Amino acid sequence: MNVLVYLVPVALGLGLAGLAAFLWSLRSGQYDDLEGAALRILPDDDLEG
Amino acid sequence: MTEASDLSMFVSHGAAGTAHMTLAVEGVGCAGCIRKIEGGLKQLPGIVDARLNFTTRRLAVDWHEDELDAAAVIEAVERIGYRAHPFEPERAETDEAQQARWLMKCLAVAGFAAMNVMLLSVSVWSGSDMTPLTRDFFHWLSALIALPAAGYAGQPFFQSALRAIRARHLNMDVPISLGVILALGMSVVETAAHAEHAYFDSAVMLLFFLLCGRYLDHAMRRKTRAAAANLAALKAEFAHRLEDSGEVVRLPAAAVKPGDRLLVRPGDRIPADGAVISGTSEIDESLVTGETEHRKITAGALVYAGSLNFSGALTVRVTAAEGGTLIDDVERLLQKAIEAKSRTVRLADRAARLYAPFVHATAALTVIGWLLAGASLHDAVVTAIAVLIITCPCALALAIPAVQVVASSRLFRSGVILNAGDAIERLAQVDTVIFDKTGTLTLPEPRLEGASPVAPEMLERAARLALSSHHPLAAALAHEARERVPYANAVEEPGRGVRVHIEGSEARLGSREFCGVAARDPHRIGSQDGLSMIAFAHAGREAIFAFRQRIRPDAEAVVAGLRAHGLDVRVLSGDRASAVAPVAAALGLQDWIAELKPAGKIAVIERLKAQGRRILMVGDGLNDAPALAAAHVSMSPISAADITRAQADAVFLGERLLPVLEAVESARAARRLMTQNLWLAVIYNTIAVPIAIAGYVTPLIAALAMSGSSSLVTLNALRASRRPDGAGS
Repeated sequence: MNVLVYLVPVALGLGLAGLAAFLWSLRSGQYDDLEGAALRILPDDDLEG
Repeated sequence: MTEASDLSMFVSHGAAGTAHMTLAVEGVGCAGCIRKIEGGLKQLPGIVDARLNFTTRRLAVDWHEDELDAAAVIEAVERIGYRAHPFEPERAETDEAQQARWLMKCLAVAGFAAMNVMLLSVSVWSGSDMTPLTRDFFHWLSALIALPAAGYAGQPFFQSALRAIRARHLNMDVPISLGVILALGMSVVETAAHAEHAYFDSAVMLLFFLLCGRYLDHAMRRKTRAAAANLAALKAEFAHRLEDSGEVVRLPAAAVKPGDRLLVRPGDRIPADGAVISGTSEIDESLVTGETEHRKITAGALVYAGSLNFSGALTVRVTAAEGGTLIDDVERLLQKAIEAKSRTVRLADRAARLYAPFVHATAALTVIGWLLAGASLHDAVVTAIAVLIITCPCALALAIPAVQVVASSRLFRSGVILNAGDAIERLAQVDTVIFDKTGTLTLPEPRLEGASPVAPEMLERAARLALSSHHPLAAALAHEARERVPYANAVEEPGRGVRVHIEGSEARLGSREFCGVAARDPHRIGSQDGLSMIAFAHAGREAIFAFRQRIRPDAEAVVAGLRAHGLDVRVLSGDRASAVAPVAAALGLQDWIAELKPAGKIAVIERLKAQGRRILMVGDGLNDAPALAAAHVSMSPISAADITRAQADAVFLGERLLPVLEAVESARAARRLMTQNLWLAVIYNTIAVPIAIAGYVTPLIAALAMSGSSSLVTLNALRASRRPDGAGS
């Protein structure tokens, strides 16, 4: 059971990393325009150039 | 014609000489639009950044002030092919965006905590061979996650509960906060005592579910508010201010100050209240008083914002509201009506008031019962807290917002924008519907009624020529044009008409004198009353077109539909009886009163209210604003006067009246679902509470019961998105 002593904190750390990533994406406005984000990938700007 | 524009009220200034402006953009509908607008703008020298938010249809632009100005930016968007309207974000909207972000953060923290604590809990529940030491370790870990998470993510509930207690009432957040805090507190005590059960998972999961409901509710309200604000920007009027130098500056009507001199051209709406300094004209005050007959005005006359200038250019000096004017009257009545308005107690608060004392009494009785039965104080208290946890009104707190979210997004799709949070509940209680006539039962703009016998190509030419005119009647005639391209070289003579050369001879559209058309026997085009006319002459042939306020195309069906639901439908109008009678007759309405002043409309509403009626008032005129505030619930078309639209609990879009019927039907269906959901929550409690009192609730049962009941009410709420039976056709 000693393995739990470091596995659980590792699992929690990964969870916290996910939470931090989400909060960062929220702060940088990535959820402000969900419909637009879905459409912005459609035009093939890179191919015409 | 070039004229200066003053858009400074919309522009904010950044560092290093850059300026920022937000624009509401019309006509954005596909991925290509984003690229066209952003790419097109970025090619312009001086533009720093342009970003279109597709969800809100708003464009944020930054530019260097020494290279460009705001008007040039708008012009550039228009050259790309979209209409852009400068936009001043309301303070309320920025506050709400912050609130939404905060709720989302709480939701993220609660979600993270719920998942991790549940991971630990599932191990405890399924690990029958787990040593007590490992179990304690897992419980302490859960506490480590759950306590800070609940302290952060529970704030929306704790704060609202504190506010309610300070104001000495009970809302749903009081039992929720109590349940969460007790569950966490008991779990810490139990864990310290190496006990088998801890409720960290229940407390955090509860917060997660409730935050989901709260966030969705908030997001829906924010979406409708943003849409309403965009529409307001699209509708915002511009004024033309005469400077002392004689120059004309175009500026937003909201920036006009008392004392300014404004130039009002034919076809413009008068942007502010004032007195006419010079010029003569006819104005259409249907948006102000409901009167459809035009009023002739000369210097010295008082004019009101929202009136439509028909024939001549006017110079108006803006005045602040003074005693005795119509606006003053309306504002006084409005103030009184708002003060007298009793706040309806919302269904959720009523449920909370019944529920909280019941739950707390049950918990107290549990302690006493177990003590009398000989249990130890510790066991009795633990059982009582389990009762509080299991009855924590998760389902109850989701029961109503979930329905509200689904129903308001359904209404949003059918063109109804809700301004008030409890509009759905109040709409469902309505038993009387009162319509204003002008602009509500009838279309806001006049439509072509009939013409003297005219060849189709004459109509087409006249309609195409009308495209070049600013006159309101010409705009109605232009609807008839099949080829929607204006003639090149058409010349408009303000206040008189437009002329152009077609196939070598001059065509004229405008007043009879302008076209040289003789007065005719009015009976050839039907009843004279309420008709406005313009004439057309070309190559020796002539025609007269007559216009009238038309009833909305589906008004008859909607009135019949409202009556089929057992509603009493009436008309209260400020217009003349001779104009109201035919409309009422066409719709089969016997109860109508004409020539009512704003105070008169209120008197009728108060009389009906005294009989216990719940009234839905639908109106658009400035004169309807106090009546809208006095009614139980109110709606107005998007074309309504600004003050009136701000008063309405819901605004509907489009030419049809159907949204009114749909709003009532959806609200009734939503109300049924809310009641159903409340009953589901009650049934859940009648099953769960005896189990809890008996002391059989384990954390596993609590978790299952909570998620089960929450999912059930949420799924039931989704039924509100279906079209109510028989709505429209």
